[in-house]
Amino acid sequence: MAERSFAREVEHLKLGDGDVFRGEGILAITKALLQSGISYVGGYQGSPISHLMDVLADANDILDDLGVNFQSSANEATAGAMLSASVMYPLRGAVAWKSTVGTNVASDALANLASGGVKGGAMVIVGEDYGEGSSIMQERTHAFAMKSQMWLLDPRPDQECMVNLIEKGFELSEASNTPVMLQVRVRSCHMTGQFVCKDNKRPEFTLQDALNSPKRDLDRIVLPPAAYTHEVEKIEHRLPAAIDFVKQAGLNEHFGPTGDDKTGKTGLIVQGGMYNSTIRALQFLGLSDAYGETKLPIYVMNVCYPTITSEIEGFCEGLDAVLVVEEGQPEFIEQSITTTVARLKKQTLVHGKKYLPMAGDYTVAALTKGIGQFLEDHEAQLLGNRAPTPDPVPILRDPKVAALTEVVPPRPPGLCTGCPERPIFAAMKLAFEELGEHHVSADIGCHLFSILPPFNIGATTMGYGLGAASSAAFNVKGAKRSISIMGDGGFWHNGLTSGIGHAVFNNHDGVFLIVDNYYSSATGGQDILSSRAVNKRRVTNNSIVDAVRGVGAKWVRQIDRTYDVNRMRDVLKEALTTDADGPKIIVASSECMLNKQRRVKPQVAKAMKDGKRTVKERFGVDEDVCTGDHACIRLSGCPSLSVKQLDDPLRDDPVASIDSTCVACGNCGEVADAAVLCPSFYRAEVIHNPGPWDRFKAGLSTPVIRFLQNRRARRAVDFGGMSQ
Amino acid sequence: MKDDTVKLPLAAEADATERPLSIAIVAMGGQGGGVLTGWIVDLAERQGWIAQSTSVPGVAQRTGATIYYVEMMKPGEDGRKPVLAQMPTPGDVDVVIAAEYMEAGRSILRGIVTPERTTLIASNHRALSTIEKMAPGEGIADSSAVSEAIGVVAKRQIVFDMNRMAVENGSVISSALFGSLAASGALPFAPEDYRLVINTSGKGVAASLRAFDAAFARTEAGETGDGERAGDLAPPSPPAPPATLPDARANALLQRLRSDLPKPTRHMAFLGLRKVVSFQDAAYGGEYLDILRDIAAQDLDAGGAANGFRFTETAAKYLANAMAYDDVIRVADLKTRAARRARIAEDMNLGKGQILSTTEFMHPRLEELASTMPAGLARWLHGKPRLYAWLDRRIDRGRRVHTYSLRGFLLLYVMAGLKPLRRRSLRHKDEVEHRTAWLAEATQALSHNYDLAVSILSVRRLIKGYSDTHDRAHSKFDRVMQTIRTISHRDDAAQWADRLLRSALKDGKGDDLDGTIQTIRSFTEEIQGPT
Repeated sequence: MAERSFAREVEHLKLGDGDVFRGEGILAITKALLQSGISYVGGYQGSPISHLMDVLADANDILDDLGVNFQSSANEATAGAMLSASVMYPLRGAVAWKSTVGTNVASDALANLASGGVKGGAMVIVGEDYGEGSSIMQERTHAFAMKSQMWLLDPRPDQECMVNLIEKGFELSEASNTPVMLQVRVRSCHMTGQFVCKDNKRPEFTLQDALNSPKRDLDRIVLPPAAYTHEVEKIEHRLPAAIDFVKQAGLNEHFGPTGDDKTGKTGLIVQGGMYNSTIRALQFLGLSDAYGETKLPIYVMNVCYPTITSEIEGFCEGLDAVLVVEEGQPEFIEQSITTTVARLKKQTLVHGKKYLPMAGDYTVAALTKGIGQFLEDHEAQLLGNRAPTPDPVPILRDPKVAALTEVVPPRPPGLCTGCPERPIFAAMKLAFEELGEHHVSADIGCHLFSILPPFNIGATTMGYGLGAASSAAFNVKGAKRSISIMGDGGFWHNGLTSGIGHAVFNNHDGVFLIVDNYYSSATGGQDILSSRAVNKRRVTNNSIVDAVRGVGAKWVRQIDRTYDVNRMRDVLKEALTTDADGPKIIVASSECMLNKQRRVKPQVAKAMKDGKRTVKERFGVDEDVCTGDHACIRLSGCPSLSVKQLDDPLRDDPVASIDSTCVACGNCGEVADAAVLCPSFYRAEVIHNPGPWDRFKAGLSTPVIRFLQNRRARRAVDFGGMSQ
Repeated sequence: MKDDTVKLPLAAEADATERPLSIAIVAMGGQGGGVLTGWIVDLAERQGWIAQSTSVPGVAQRTGATIYYVEMMKPGEDGRKPVLAQMPTPGDVDVVIAAEYMEAGRSILRGIVTPERTTLIASNHRALSTIEKMAPGEGIADSSAVSEAIGVVAKRQIVFDMNRMAVENGSVISSALFGSLAASGALPFAPEDYRLVINTSGKGVAASLRAFDAAFARTEAGETGDGERAGDLAPPSPPAPPATLPDARANALLQRLRSDLPKPTRHMAFLGLRKVVSFQDAAYGGEYLDILRDIAAQDLDAGGAANGFRFTETAAKYLANAMAYDDVIRVADLKTRAARRARIAEDMNLGKGQILSTTEFMHPRLEELASTMPAGLARWLHGKPRLYAWLDRRIDRGRRVHTYSLRGFLLLYVMAGLKPLRRRSLRHKDEVEHRTAWLAEATQALSHNYDLAVSILSVRRLIKGYSDTHDRAHSKFDRVMQTIRTISHRDDAAQWADRLLRSALKDGKGDDLDGTIQTIRSFTEEIQGPT
């Protein structure tokens, strides 16, 4: 079960003709898929696409009713390969993932798919994780679209436009026998909005139809000589067909003055996704109102690839200069339009990155500056009566504000309260204290937060599931062993073969640590093969240990409770020092605390209410015993373990303190024990609805304890008030 | 060639500057920023406005800094929809809501709080970042810097501890922030409209409304939260000691303190006295006062009166800490006190009919136990490495002690009862030796550099922790003291000593301290020249 339940949102997917949908962009996209009559859908979770996968997982009944087959793909390559169902049959299908990382993984399948072409509409929805808040390298999906010749849709951030483009995208795919990519940026995925719905559509041709009358066509398979024919087909048939369709369906849009009203000398060519910010920039420049009534002609490319030459020609007609607003680099669209205009022997100057930043977010501020500069150079009189643009720079220069740069601490993401991965890294730090630092290859997942304070563990991260593979070179006997970390998500994504299988085959001497927290946690807690939950629709509870043994691993240790820091450290030490040959594999398992709490909390509350014996636990720190050294925090970083200043003039430094969000995972106590830190930590246990045995024990000990305490208190020298 | 004189009527520009209302919400992952954002959108839509929210959770979903952004505007004539932006533009944000004080500071640095436009609604409680918590000393960011900046950048500010207000009302911070937003009048909606949104939100409505109303009232009253700035962690000055005490033994010590020590030092000395007596007994308190009396006399000779007897006062503080060292007896004593159990019971909201127990995570090593033995015996044991190792193997492991079980409690109680043996123990001898040397070094400096003498006393702040941490603290202390010796002749020795102390408190590994020592070495060696 995923971290967030979409049971309520799923109801939106049932909306029918004329109903108004309200909600997040990613839900609108999901609804649009159902309105398009898809037969199958799949994908791999990852921001900003996770919610799409979660919604589909929660919408199984609706999908069943519509005859849509939903697959939780093993990875993006699996998802991409699934689109092959549309090669021979008139089946519509869609897959989704985070890009460019997911597209990297899927590109082998996509290249094959795009070469042979498709019969049914095939769509890849990519969550373009670019710019502020991104968790990946800054690249563009655009390059993939061009290299494999898949049409790239980049809808204007408006749900109506997004939904329309998905429906039309399938038609485009079918009209041109080419898979289509629909790119949505992070902000558009999480953007709220509304659109008027249509009824969901059942596919006319079903998967059963396909299976019951299978078809094959050697010409669609990528093998010479068909492969050569495919390339020619792409240029001679599919591209012209796509261009015709895009023009006829009017997928690209024009705003601002057209026809006789178009009397100015400049215009903007804008990626669909950049439209809203561009309008705001024009507003700051006094050239548009808030409703998008602009004085500058704008050509919005909801289809970013291919470039529609005739539309460019028409738009440039009479213009001295156009500015291409295209986020990211290289500037593929600007190059394409420059080429187009040059080949048409037009006099219009094409600009883009000369005025706008080559790299990074196209913020409204950046656009205002760039467009303003462009207009100053090419049509200055337009700017005649513009309002002053917002400018925070003067106030940021104020010494009191500038002083803040030294004060405000960075706040990177970290492991949650009670995270079962925390004790793993604490144990690793303790092992390093004894055996020295080791090279650590990290992976993608929550465990990557180990690279940040307080752990500062991990040297590289090469991609999802590639933690083990990225220490391949360090297979050196006699040196300090390398350690590779990989999550269960990455393990099943590809790490079993690329990492563990590789290490076994090459007799790698390193240590391979697989963090098994029962979910694909970093992407929102989706189930995977080794999840412990019982999932009606998927087969879970497949052991990682069995899998690694299955590919031939010999030295395998399973740790069932990562919070046992002593054991964790000892196993790590053993793995780093043993004489055993081959990869040393440790599977460290404990349930993701975020998901566990979500699962267990209602159960506990109910038990307590029903009068059942329940023990509530929380950790605490004896503030008189704590000396304020914070060594515990340097081995933890738990959000609930903080510091507080005591009301005691004798004490300078704040002491450790645990707040009420503690979930009593035990890490504090275990670390204090394993690292021989200090006796300040205690676990407080409150028994609700105690049983007779509890009451008997308490009845026996409490009076004795009280008597002894009073006895000692009476003898103490009394200074009045607190004792210490 | 086109007509160069494009005519743009000025009147049209008025529309262009009419922009949507913009609200940025800065929070940390898990603070409910998404809920608040949803409420604001709902609020606007119910009034027939067009509203749009976006967020960039990214990897910030897990406790990192996150920003949500809402724009809203009335539909235009003929129901035209406004084009709403997806990110805040610095200098163009109407309301910034910060769910934590340093996040308010971060929003200021982003330039989204500006004097012409922005109402800043911020909770001034602190959720400390890992970096702040990790320092082996005090590493907490200075909240007053944020307060000062807010004074400069915000058009209007509503700042108080909204987190506490929410918790006191059984709710979470989003309700209180929403209440403050309603009261601020920054959005053209009536309080009832806000309440309606909460009412229909489904979960924890009653508590949310309580927190909402409390924050609303507080904001309307126009209080800015003076006197309860949570970020303001500076300790208050010590209370004055009483004139007399009912307990005869305590009173005798108190009267000695009052007659022997200069007035400005008595506050601190009283606290110190209380601490050492609680640690051991009345006689130990007498020893404390003896040492302080001598120190005060030397302080007076060195011109202490003109310096407000800072030397004695500082000694009163650190001598008490040095004398009340952390040994197993003290730990056992503190863990078995009645006040301790009461504190935990309150912390856990112990209800009637519920049973409280605690588990201690102890990891004694022979070293700790041996050091509480009489010095002779302990030294004998140290002289038998094989026996020592054999014993250590039996002792050195984690022990979970159930404090309020009979067995656990008796064990700790008996250990705490070993106090009478303490002053003969090896640990005590070591501690006395260490503190005597430290005090001697400080008093030695007193004659030629008063400030340095005070600084040397303060270095004692470095001694803390148990076991290995304690050993590392000692080595830090030694390195700082050694370095101070090399510069003690300089006029600015005190400044350097303070800097050494600060850097030693900054990071756990000691890299900062190494850096400072290097700096000092570079100029001391330069002056001495090659030999």
